[in-house]
Amino acid sequence: MIIEIGHYTLVLALATSLILSIVPLIGARRNDMAMMALAPVGAIMTFLLVLISFAALTWAYVVSDFSLKNVWENSHSMMPLIYKYSGVWGNHEGSMLLWLLILVFFSALVAVFGRNLPDSLRANVIVVQSWITTAFTLFILLTSNPFARLSPAPAEGQDLNPVLQDLGLAVHPPLLYLGYVGFSVCFSFAVAALIDGRIDAAWARWVRPWTLAAWTFLTAGIAMGSYWAYYELGWGGWWFWDPVENASFMPWLAGTALLHSALVMEKREALKIWTVLLAIMTFSLSLLGTFLVRSGVLTSVHAFATDPTRGIFILVILMLFVGGAFALFAWRAPMLKAGGLFAPISREGALVLNNLILTVATATVLIGTLYPLVLETLTGEKISVGAPFFDMTFGLLMIPLLFAVPFGPMLAWKRGDLLGAMQRLYVAAGLALVAGFGLYYIQNGGPVMAAFGLIIGFWAMFGALADLWHRANFSKLPFNVAWRRLVGLPRSTFGTAFAHFGIGVTVLGVVMVTTFETESVIEMKQGMTAEAGGYSLVFDGMRESIGPNFTEEQGHFTISKGGVAVADTWSSKRIYTARGMPTTEAGIVTFGFSQLYVSLGDPIAGGGMVVRIWWKPFILCIWGGCVIMMIGGFISLSDRRLRVGAPTRKAKPAKAPKLEAAE
Amino acid sequence: MTRKQKRLAIIAGGMSFILAAVLLVMFALSQSVAYFFMPSDLAKTEVSPGTRIRLGGLVAEGSVKRGEGSTVTFSVTDGSETVPVSYTGILPDLFREGQGVVTEGAFDAATRGFVADTVLAKHDENYMPKEVADGLKEKGMWQHGEEAATQ
Repeated sequence: MIIEIGHYTLVLALATSLILSIVPLIGARRNDMAMMALAPVGAIMTFLLVLISFAALTWAYVVSDFSLKNVWENSHSMMPLIYKYSGVWGNHEGSMLLWLLILVFFSALVAVFGRNLPDSLRANVIVVQSWITTAFTLFILLTSNPFARLSPAPAEGQDLNPVLQDLGLAVHPPLLYLGYVGFSVCFSFAVAALIDGRIDAAWARWVRPWTLAAWTFLTAGIAMGSYWAYYELGWGGWWFWDPVENASFMPWLAGTALLHSALVMEKREALKIWTVLLAIMTFSLSLLGTFLVRSGVLTSVHAFATDPTRGIFILVILMLFVGGAFALFAWRAPMLKAGGLFAPISREGALVLNNLILTVATATVLIGTLYPLVLETLTGEKISVGAPFFDMTFGLLMIPLLFAVPFGPMLAWKRGDLLGAMQRLYVAAGLALVAGFGLYYIQNGGPVMAAFGLIIGFWAMFGALADLWHRANFSKLPFNVAWRRLVGLPRSTFGTAFAHFGIGVTVLGVVMVTTFETESVIEMKQGMTAEAGGYSLVFDGMRESIGPNFTEEQGHFTISKGGVAVADTWSSKRIYTARGMPTTEAGIVTFGFSQLYVSLGDPIAGGGMVVRIWWKPFILCIWGGCVIMMIGGFISLSDRRLRVGAPTRKAKPAKAPKLEAAE
Repeated sequence: MTRKQKRLAIIAGGMSFILAAVLLVMFALSQSVAYFFMPSDLAKTEVSPGTRIRLGGLVAEGSVKRGEGSTVTFSVTDGSETVPVSYTGILPDLFREGQGVVTEGAFDAATRGFVADTVLAKHDENYMPKEVADGLKEKGMWQHGEEAATQ
C-alpha cells in the first residue's frame, strides 16, 4: 500500500508540475495576481508530493520489500541499515528520483525565499523549474519507474554493488546533486528574466546566492567523490579524467565562471549578456552530465543501465531545454543594453580573464569527453582520450589563471593599479618562492616543473592572505586597530580569500602527489619488510574474518620509522557473498598531510601476497583545499549583502540567512 | 591608445588565447589518443611497436600464468584471433579467465608481444566494457545480453 501511495504521489507531482508549467506563466503575462500566486504554493506542494514518493521508496528499502523490482535488484536483507538507506540512490531509478527530489526542493526554496522578488519573476522562475520537473517526472514514470512490482516476490535480494556499500554513497550523490541540480535555479532565473525581458544588477544579486550555494555543494560533492574513489577502489588514484568525473567537473568550471561574472554584473551592470549565457550553459552542462551518466553511452562505474530508450529520452530533454534556452537567448539578448565601461587593468578585467580561461578550459574538457563519442558515431573508430590529453591541455591552461588569482581582488573596479597590486604582492611572491623551493629541496629533487607548480600553489595561498592583510591595513595601522578592521571586513571578502587559499592548497597537493608519490609492487611473505616514504612496513601475516554480508582476508602491517613502531594497518580483500564479487579494502595510514596506502593483490605460490604500497605525500591537501573552498562558499553565503532580503533588512528582521536555507 | 584600439587589443588577446588553446587541444589529441582494437582487427591492420593502443576481448581460458615477481601473462581473444599480453602489477579484482577485459599499452619492438600498463576489468558481474561488448556482438560471441539488460 505504501508503495502505491509513493507511486501515486509521483503521478500527482507530474500533474501539479504540469499546472505550474502553464498557469503562472499566463498569470505573469496578464499580470493576474491570483494565477501567479499559485506558483509558490504549487512548488511547495510538488516538493511534498515527491518527498512522500521518495520516502515510500526508502521505506521499501528499509523493510526489504523484494516485491519491488528495484529493491530486489539492489538490496539484500542482511545489508547494514545505513546502506539500505543510501542504497535507495545506489541505482539508476532511485538516483533519478533523488535528482527529481532535489530539483523540486530547490523550486520550493525559491518559493519560500523569493518573497521579495518581483511577482512575475518569481512566478516565471517557478514555471521554468516546473518545465524541468515535468520532463524528469515523465522520464522516471515512463522509462525508469522505481515502483515497478515483481510477482511473485523473490525471497532474497541480489545485494547492492559492493563498491557502493560504503559511507561514500550516503554522502556523495546527494551533495553532488545539490550542486549539479542547484544550477537549475540559475538556469530558471536566466530563462525567466529573458521571458520577462528585464535583466539588471538586481537580477545578478538574486542569482548569486543560488549560484554560490550550488557551487559550494558541487565542490563538496566532487571532492567527496574523488576521496571515495581513492580509498574504495584500491588503485590509489584520486582523479581519473573519467568521462563521468568530467561530467560533474564541467558544470563546476562553468559555475565558477558564473560566480565571478555575476559579481561584475551585480557591481557594474557589465557582462549582462555573457552572464545570462553562462547561467544557461552551466545547467546545460549539468543536463549533459546527466545524459552521459544515465544513458549508458559511457563505460563507467556509474553506468547502471544500457536501456537505449532512456538515453534517447534524456537526449530529447537535453535538446529541448538547451535548444529552447539558446533560441530564447538569441531572440532576447540583442534587446539588452550594454553596461558600464572598464579599463583592461581593473577588477572587471581580471574577472573577464578568469571567465575567458575557465570557459576555454571547460571547452577542452568537453572536447576530450565527447570526442570519442562523436568519432565513434561518425566513423565507427573507437578511441580513448585519457589523462595525458587532459594534463596537457587543461593543466597548461590553468597556469595563467592560477598566476592571476592573487591580482584579481587587489585591483580596483573600473580602473586598477597593476603596479600598486604588484607592490602589495611582493612579500607574498617572495614567500611563495621560498616555500616552493624549500619544499622542493626537502623532497630531494624531481623535475624542475614541480618546483614551479609548488610555487604557483603557494602563490595563490599567500596571495589570498596578502589581500586580507592589506584590506585590514596591517602594514600601516597599529595591530589592534588593523585587527578590528580585519574583523569588520565583509564576509564575502573572507569567502574570496578562503576560496583562493583553498585552490592554492589543492594545487599544492596535486603537484606533490603527482611528482613525488612512490609506488612499489612487491611479493611479501610473512615477516618481510618494505620501505616507502621513509617508513618501513612489516607484513605480519593474514587472517580471515567474516562481515555481515561478506568474507574477508585481512593482511596486517606494522609501520615503523627509525626502528620505532608508529602505526599499524589492516589491508584486506573481501568477497561479497550474494554476488560473489571481490573488492579491495586498502589499508591507509595518515602522517600529517601524507598517507601510506597499502593494497593487497593475489596470493603467491608458497605463501605470501603481492602487495602494492604507495607513499602519497601531501595527498590530503587535495581534498583539504576543497574543504577550505567550501568553507569560503558558506562564509560568502552568510554575507548580509547576499541575503535575499538584504535591501529590506530593517523591514524584515526575522528573515533567516541564506546559509540555513541552503542546508 | 583610443578606446577603440584598447578594445581591439583586448579582443585580439582573447582570440589569441583561444587560438592557442585550440592548437594545444589538436596537438594533444594527435599525441595522446589511444585507438581501440580487438585481436582480429590487429590481424587486419598493422600497429607499429610503441604506439599506444587499447586491446580488448576475453581473457582466454587457461592462459593466465604468473611469472617472476608480479608479472602476469595472459591471452586476449575474440574467438578468431588471440594476442599474448604481459602485465606487471596487480590485476583488478574482477579479472578472470573467460571474462571481458580492456588492456592499454603498446607492442614491444623486440618480442612482438603486447605489454600492457593498464588492465581494466568489469566493475561487477553484469558489466562488460562497452567496446568489448560491441566487438563480441559483431562476432556472435555475446551471451551476457540478457543479464546486462536487467542490471
